[in-house]
Amino acid sequence: MLNKSTEQDSFEIIIQPNRSWFYIDWRGLLHYRDLLFFLVRRDFISQYKQTILGPAWFIIPPLITSLVFTVIFGKVAKISTDGLPPMLFYLCGLLAWRYFASCLGGTSGTFFGNANLFEKVYFPRLILPLSRIIFNLFAFTLQLATFLGFYFYYKYFTQVGLSIKPNLFIAVLPLLLLQTAAISLGVGLWLSALTAKYRDLRFLVGFLTQLWMYATPIVYPMSIVPEKWRPALAINPMAPIVELYRYAFLGTGFLNLNCLLISAVITIFVLLTGILIFNRTERTFLDTV
Amino acid sequence: MKPIIEVENLSKLYRLGVIGTTTLRDSLERWWYRIRGKEELCWKIGTKRFMVNPHDPQAGPEPNTIWALKDISFSVQQGEIVGIIGKNGAGKSTLLKILTRLTEPTSGRAIMRGRVSSMLAVGTGFHPELTGRENVYLNGTLLGMRKTEIDRKFDEIVAFAGIEKFIDTPVKRYSSGMYVRLAFAVAAHLEPEILLVDEVLAVGDAAFQKKCLGKMGDVAREGRTVLFVSHNMAAIQTLCNRTILLHLGQLVHDGSSHQVVQKYLQNGTQRAEVFFGPDTVRSGNGAARYTCARLLDRNGQVVSSVPMGHGVTVELEFECKAKITSPHFGVRLHTPLNQDLIWWRSDEMHGEMPSVSKGGVIRLHIERLNLLPGLYYLALGFSDGYQRLDLIEDGLELEITPQPVYATGKLPSSKRAVMFTPCSWTHEYK
Repeated sequence: MLNKSTEQDSFEIIIQPNRSWFYIDWRGLLHYRDLLFFLVRRDFISQYKQTILGPAWFIIPPLITSLVFTVIFGKVAKISTDGLPPMLFYLCGLLAWRYFASCLGGTSGTFFGNANLFEKVYFPRLILPLSRIIFNLFAFTLQLATFLGFYFYYKYFTQVGLSIKPNLFIAVLPLLLLQTAAISLGVGLWLSALTAKYRDLRFLVGFLTQLWMYATPIVYPMSIVPEKWRPALAINPMAPIVELYRYAFLGTGFLNLNCLLISAVITIFVLLTGILIFNRTERTFLDTV
Repeated sequence: MKPIIEVENLSKLYRLGVIGTTTLRDSLERWWYRIRGKEELCWKIGTKRFMVNPHDPQAGPEPNTIWALKDISFSVQQGEIVGIIGKNGAGKSTLLKILTRLTEPTSGRAIMRGRVSSMLAVGTGFHPELTGRENVYLNGTLLGMRKTEIDRKFDEIVAFAGIEKFIDTPVKRYSSGMYVRLAFAVAAHLEPEILLVDEVLAVGDAAFQKKCLGKMGDVAREGRTVLFVSHNMAAIQTLCNRTILLHLGQLVHDGSSHQVVQKYLQNGTQRAEVFFGPDTVRSGNGAARYTCARLLDRNGQVVSSVPMGHGVTVELEFECKAKITSPHFGVRLHTPLNQDLIWWRSDEMHGEMPSVSKGGVIRLHIERLNLLPGLYYLALGFSDGYQRLDLIEDGLELEITPQPVYATGKLPSSKRAVMFTPCSWTHEYK
């Protein structure tokens, strides 16, 4: 027989309307952490089972994109790369960017993509976007390895290698990664809440990501942006992040503390409001979808 | 000891129609209409009519809203197994959804003093590419188990499902029966304090169903609290000692399973009270319309069936669009095979009814119905002497139940007869 009298007194769930918007089921998130692991595993297996190249597909797109950028933006349009080898320049930018873009894409469809799951079982809904964020770390790691491969080649085996000056900011990179995760989660939560209600907005997501990429100094360095436009670029929280990636590894680019601060503040704001609106949607989602 | 489940005045309001999955355009359109002061246009955008008849007892405060649950209150002690029954649409699944936190109540509250697990649908989250083993873990963690727990019970789960040989093949290769058995096996091994089960026993073959019932019995014996929603009255009566009956979103009965199941079966599928709305199939020019119809017994109670030989009152509510000087009401009884049997007409049997302009109630009092037991239909008609105003062919169902009307106690057979009459037999032998 169960002897739960002591547990009963302490364990109580009250189900009532108008729960606080800021409520995050921390206990639930902790309890369901195994689910997080298995969801990541599921995404991994389902994506690469029965494929030949498997995880190579994580590396191939950024490589090819960088190549294309080198040819188009480097050779044809002749956009400066701050004196660095173009491949390295673009790879570095893309390294930072792809994590953001894949997290954004993966989290923004949370509600309408998983409606069948949500309507049958209760689990803390935040687990799903979190699982995407963690899953995308695999891709990031592989892309980082590829980048480092090119990096070491250029640094130690070519002439240009002398102008590449890595510095201590490399240590800050994990923090930058965290910030990237935070901002993509925040925007992703916003988008998933919006697309839960307005289905047509999901067409916006891919399109938005594309435009955002051009608003971030990936295919061009910050140095060629006219002075008066730079503050406008600072509103893009990804801009200082990408610049800092390049600065840390390659030694070029702008390092503006103010920009970084603004970017951090925006990130926190977007994340908090994203959680707010996600919570709100979570409550009413099943009644409206 | 405090009850393990306490539900206080729980209510849930739903909005019907396209309100949820709007496109941005719809929302903007609605907003535009609203600021132009044309509120009523809101409900005509998208050419949707009213879906909820304002006279419907479940209608909510605003147009097109419906109370799926209204003021449900009950409490459950630890270790009780409570059945929840009701017709389709009574609110059973909504109640479980709220208790599982899938959706929020509109008002009222529920307190759950224990870990809750639900079996609202088995096999959620099963991914076809993953093997059975991987899916057991995924589904198990989805339902709230920890990995170590699943490790411990893994062999039991697989044995319960009976698919030891196939546990490492991708689920997409399973037959539907295997799929369902595995899914149920995972769900059956949850160990919550409170278990909410929704009609899962509808799947699988007889042997499997027996196993499931057995498992549920075990779960109950271990002292867990179970809320069991089902249409399977036999299962309800076997497993639950207490049952709750929901009807149109309200709790109408709470007591011993046997009693409550009887009450539910008695009211079966007959419509004792019908509301006519935009969806009703009717003809006539509509100058007056019936809004509602019901059957009353001699005490004025609403009934859905009449014993043989008894009388019944047909009560009809109607509304008029204009003044009708000589209303003629009619009720026609026919068999399901459309054989017309009796036609009661107010002009023939009563005389002229007074004129009516707004609406009202009309009652047809029938003293005795000498019909044999069975199901009959009442068509409702309304005319003004010249034209037909309203005619609902399939208005009300009338069930006549058997009664011993003769001293012998035998029931008239209805093989070649439709009616019976009071009679007696006398004899004179040679």
